[in-house]
Amino acid sequence: MATTAPPDSMPASQPTYADVTRDVAATLGNPTKGYYGLLAFVITILLIGVGALLYQIRMGLGVAGYTPPVMWGVYITTFVFWVGIAHSGTLISAILFLFRSAWRTAVYRTAEAMTVFAVMTAGLFPLIHVGRLWYAYWLIPYPNQRGLWVNFKSPLVWDMFAIGTYFIVSTCFLILGLIPDIAAIRDKATGWRKKLYTITALNWRGTDQQWRHYTRAYLYLAALATPLVLSVHSVVSWDFAVSIVPGWHATIFAPYFVAGAIYSGVALVITLLIPLRIVFRMERYITTDHFENLSKLLLLTGMIVGYAYVVEYFMAWYSGNTFERASFWNRAFGDYWWATWTMIICNGFLPFLLWFKKIRRCIPALLVISLFVNLGMWFERFVIIVVSLSFEYEPYAMGHYTPTWVEWAILSGSFAWFFMWFLLFAKNFPTVSITEVKEIIPMPRKRAS
Amino acid sequence: MKASPGGILAAYRHIDSATEAIGALKKSGYDDFTVYSPTPNEELLEAVAHRVSPVRLWTLFGGLTGLVTGFAMTMWMSYDYAIVVGGKPIGSVIPYIIIMFELTILFGALSTLVGLAFHAWRTNQRGPFDGRFSDDHIGIFVPCPVERRPAVEQLLTAAGATEVKVEIG
Repeated sequence: MATTAPPDSMPASQPTYADVTRDVAATLGNPTKGYYGLLAFVITILLIGVGALLYQIRMGLGVAGYTPPVMWGVYITTFVFWVGIAHSGTLISAILFLFRSAWRTAVYRTAEAMTVFAVMTAGLFPLIHVGRLWYAYWLIPYPNQRGLWVNFKSPLVWDMFAIGTYFIVSTCFLILGLIPDIAAIRDKATGWRKKLYTITALNWRGTDQQWRHYTRAYLYLAALATPLVLSVHSVVSWDFAVSIVPGWHATIFAPYFVAGAIYSGVALVITLLIPLRIVFRMERYITTDHFENLSKLLLLTGMIVGYAYVVEYFMAWYSGNTFERASFWNRAFGDYWWATWTMIICNGFLPFLLWFKKIRRCIPALLVISLFVNLGMWFERFVIIVVSLSFEYEPYAMGHYTPTWVEWAILSGSFAWFFMWFLLFAKNFPTVSITEVKEIIPMPRKRAS
Repeated sequence: MKASPGGILAAYRHIDSATEAIGALKKSGYDDFTVYSPTPNEELLEAVAHRVSPVRLWTLFGGLTGLVTGFAMTMWMSYDYAIVVGGKPIGSVIPYIIIMFELTILFGALSTLVGLAFHAWRTNQRGPFDGRFSDDHIGIFVPCPVERRPAVEQLLTAAGATEVKVEIG
């Protein structure tokens, strides 16, 4: 905060400070029947997912489609997918903040909220996958009677530390950014909302001393969050890369995963922002320029992901390793060819459309592309995990995995869980940052006026 | 909760009026005043001329504590429950770097927030508040005894305040 770039990107009909507060405050409260209908729909899907999880707990992991040697399936695929989704939020809020990128101000709050809810969703899957989720606390190094400590050489423990840290830091970052906005809303609200915002604003009054400490704290949190973004998906990639499974044991995994994570995250930000902008009538703040910038980010990360696909195949061929070659041949032309080609078309070819300015500025086209990118990124994880495991070294140990209805129900429930939190957030807290949007609008001057 | 001190509260619509008023207050020897603004503003912060916030030291020491904790925890626990895993040394520093890194970030971030809360509390500026200051106005509150209020009122009005009122403490 405090030092974002000058207001080059603001439209000609620049809103005033009062307009910003009024317009953002108008998005809160008075939910429509459509909102309640949508909320009821996602809660129904969530309940189906919870029902499937309870059934799995009752019957055991056998109700999932695990078939040796494929003992990581939809759950780990979905875990990696949601962790990936979580990445663009901090990228947009922290990294673009450090680069003083003014266009982020209108879109970063949505991206940050998405990050927190995506990590909350991702964190459920390792627990669901290991079956006895009530023993999840065994991952924490706590003193116990048998004198056992966790194995710090295990990627599972690395994940616990990385994702736990990411969740805490991104939640702190979201809340810290919200405080001045909640105070602005507090001063406009009435009734129970006034009480809610008075408590959650933490006595914020925007004094010079509060801003003095706040701006520093925000800056340092952004500086800490930036390497964290890069580290978390690198750590997740090492879940695979430290093993010897053909298709996993590659040094490019960390940058490949980080680029893929940002790619999928930006796609979901676009998917969320398009309806949000229409429903909340935010066209004045979230402009076509914002979508063009997001699609440039999508294009850049899409190109990196596409390049990583090519490099993976090149390394399999160039290494001369029979198993690597067989594994990658199997990906493209084996039992799961459809998953691989879905991934390649959605992630490798589709972003090329974004080279055209007309497409980058066409909102319906961007919505369609972002949905396909998300589909492709889920399949990317499915291909890396399931297809690699199903075709390892020994032909007699190869197997075919097909997800069951329980896994599909839990997967659907995870989307419902995410959207439930997002819907609740969007109607109760500002999805566009009041403070930062105001920051890029010059304060009125006596001499100019 | 302590009551607000008495003084003069002025509201400004224009940034240059507010900075002018801050300059005039400083010239007249007033240092103990509060400036409210809806956003952090470079010009206002320069006019007020605070020293850099000490929150950064909390970040530094929090981060270093996390780093040391990460190293000490992984090494001590590994040797306390010494079992060879995957043929690796009992205390394998390279994989432990991940834990050390994550704890550096975690402790650094949390101590930044603690530092923010601590310093915001320590430098808490009591005084009246107006809802316009979180919307589109800049506010300046000058705590002063009754006999000095007319002079302060005149000074704040001359700088271009849209409203000046006396606050009785």
